Amino acid sequence: MEYSLGIFRWLHILAGITWIGLLYYFNLVQMPAMKDAAADGTAAGISKHVAPRALLWFRWAAVATWLMGAALLGPNFASAFGLQAGYTGIGIGAWLGTIMLFNVWVLIWPNQQKILGLVSATDEEKAKSRRVAFLASRTNMMLSLPMLFFMANGLTHKALIGL
Amino acid sequence: MKNPLDSVLGTIISGLILTFVLYSFVKHFVLAGV
Repeated sequence: MEYSLGIFRWLHILAGITWIGLLYYFNLVQMPAMKDAAADGTAAGISKHVAPRALLWFRWAAVATWLMGAALLGPNFASAFGLQAGYTGIGIGAWLGTIMLFNVWVLIWPNQQKILGLVSATDEEKAKSRRVAFLASRTNMMLSLPMLFFMANGLTHKALIGL
Repeated sequence: MKNPLDSVLGTIISGLILTFVLYSFVKHFVLAGV
């Protein structure tokens, strides 16, 4: 049993690094780069070759992170999501991670498909999708700060932060 | 009023504030039994 928990924790962190690392890449590198690339006419390279690959790893790493986290919680899954005593900190982290997963699959990915031309959309729809995907991505970046605080401290180190 | 999420700095500051708010909420309301 201890071995499986160790494997789940390892995979949860590996997938989480991939997911959140790509989230920070989008917000800190690709978004500002796209503005500059659009100005000198080189944005198509990013849209065609970089963004689809980054989004593929991004959205599936989000699923893997959530599933490995759920497996790690195991029988304590309901206690965490119910914010029961002893699981409040990790529960807050789990809820934030779940909201972020929802944002990835319901707001970011469907709108990015329109922006990148993977599904057909009018220019007006693309403009709206750009704003929705941008704000959902920025919301996830904002949520990642408390999510990581509660994930890192909420279970094994909860006493250190008084939870 | 400008949306703080439009800038990276605004996003980070919002995240830090949210962390503090959630921590205070858990500490003073959830764990205290409301």
